[in-house]
Amino acid sequence: MRMDTNPRQSSSVGMTGLFAATCRREFLLSFRRKSDLVNPLIFFLMVATLFPLGVSPEPGFLAQLAPGVVWVAALLATLLSMDALFRSDYEDGSLEQLLLSPQPLFVVVLAKVLAHWMMTGLALTLMAPLLGMMLFLPAEGMPGLMLSLLLGTPTLSLVGAIGAALTVGLKKGGVLISLLVLPLYIPVLIFGSSAVQAAVTGLPLGGYLALLGALLALALGLAPLAISAALRISISS
Amino acid sequence: MAEKKWMPRWFYQLASPRWCYQITGRLLPWFSVAALLLLIGGTVWALAFAPADYQQGNSFRIIYLHVPSAILAQSAYMLMAVAGAIGLIWKMKVADMVLKSAAPIGASMAVLALATGAIWGKPTWGSWWVWDARLTSMLILLFLYLGVMALNSAIENESTAAQASAVLALVGVVNIPIIKYSVEWWNTLHQPATFKLTEKPAMPVEMWLPLLVMVIGFYCFFAVSLMQRLRNEIIWRERRAGWVRELLNKQ
Amino acid sequence: MSFNSFSEFLSMGGHGLYVWLSYGLGAAILVANLVLPKLACNRLWIEQKRRLRREEEVR
Repeated sequence: MRMDTNPRQSSSVGMTGLFAATCRREFLLSFRRKSDLVNPLIFFLMVATLFPLGVSPEPGFLAQLAPGVVWVAALLATLLSMDALFRSDYEDGSLEQLLLSPQPLFVVVLAKVLAHWMMTGLALTLMAPLLGMMLFLPAEGMPGLMLSLLLGTPTLSLVGAIGAALTVGLKKGGVLISLLVLPLYIPVLIFGSSAVQAAVTGLPLGGYLALLGALLALALGLAPLAISAALRISISS
Repeated sequence: MAEKKWMPRWFYQLASPRWCYQITGRLLPWFSVAALLLLIGGTVWALAFAPADYQQGNSFRIIYLHVPSAILAQSAYMLMAVAGAIGLIWKMKVADMVLKSAAPIGASMAVLALATGAIWGKPTWGSWWVWDARLTSMLILLFLYLGVMALNSAIENESTAAQASAVLALVGVVNIPIIKYSVEWWNTLHQPATFKLTEKPAMPVEMWLPLLVMVIGFYCFFAVSLMQRLRNEIIWRERRAGWVRELLNKQ
Repeated sequence: MSFNSFSEFLSMGGHGLYVWLSYGLGAAILVANLVLPKLACNRLWIEQKRRLRREEEVR
């Protein structure tokens, strides 16, 4: 019988394996409660409905608002879903186990957030044309809408996760996350909605998408560090 | 084997709350006098002796409050972030306390900058609020401050609260240039007018000298307020320590 | 002096409301930031001395 006492050999799983395994776990856990997955999407739809009801259903007026409104709605829907990111793991103790394990937290955190994004941000992006249509966004704006959301929502998830990590130990972390994270969302909102505006008026999108891409790159590099630090701090108490 | 120390001795001395309490006690009277003289002298100068602006008339005098408070609001955030970093890296309690003490002062400076900016806007632009790039950035800075303060008060454990606020302050600091850039860009997109609300054209000496006095006065004021709050925080956190007991008994 | 009379000084060329509102607000905020910590300090000392006295009595 061969005993595998060399730990290095057994870590042939490596970074990508760890990443994939964590993603799989997140998907499995989330799909057990399908209703929770749908909530942010319903919220997204409802917020977009509030604007015609609260302001005016006139097409010309709504069309002007549409880029900003869809973006704000996506932002708020993402924010709402953030609290759940670490909470269930915190409550059953698996978060603590994660922090104690020798695996690099950076990779695990990144996988968790990206899996979460695929179930919220990506879903919102796919739903966005529906909202655009309801708000009379011109058809030329649709590709711009989807591209900007595709590049922007991962950044929103990454930055939102920082807020979630900072407040995971608190009982009522929900509204506090919004307070902490909204100022940080503003640049993404500005560039995202401007990209859609540019698409609607026929101007080139490249610059805005590049900026959104740059923000995403920065977030991908730095946010997991902040999230890991915040998780360690929240668990330590 | 002794750990190699990377910082000068006085840096490690700062780590002692007791030492900090003593040195702030000695510095406080000096800074208080300086603040009083500079602020009162500066205000009198600004209101009565400085010339009025050719275009804006006497409402220009608001600049002597608006600019110093804006500068302080930004400097205080930097101080908070640095204190937070020091607290996280070297695990210094005093650094955490400085962060907690600086936040409310910085926030009130941001409020003053916003209020004076808005009030200045009325005679200049005709409305009580303008979505000017600088004012909007200052508003977002205020939100960042409020976030740090909210997080600090939401977490019960003092050292956890301090560390969490430090992480948030650092994340905020990284974002400040990004926010500034995006807001300025957004502003140029939506406001065709290029004249900025708080545009400072080349100022003659009679105008910028009182401004300098006010800025230094505000810094001294900030030092005084920070030291006061820091001392309160030290007494509270170290209330079980022997030296605090001695101090309380002496009075 | 930039003004010829006290009433001119108060009216600030028509901008009196704005200037005095700003300076009033400024004074209020500066004073609040100096006074509130002092009050908190007094309260803190009274509390802590009371606590010390209580602990001495228990001993």
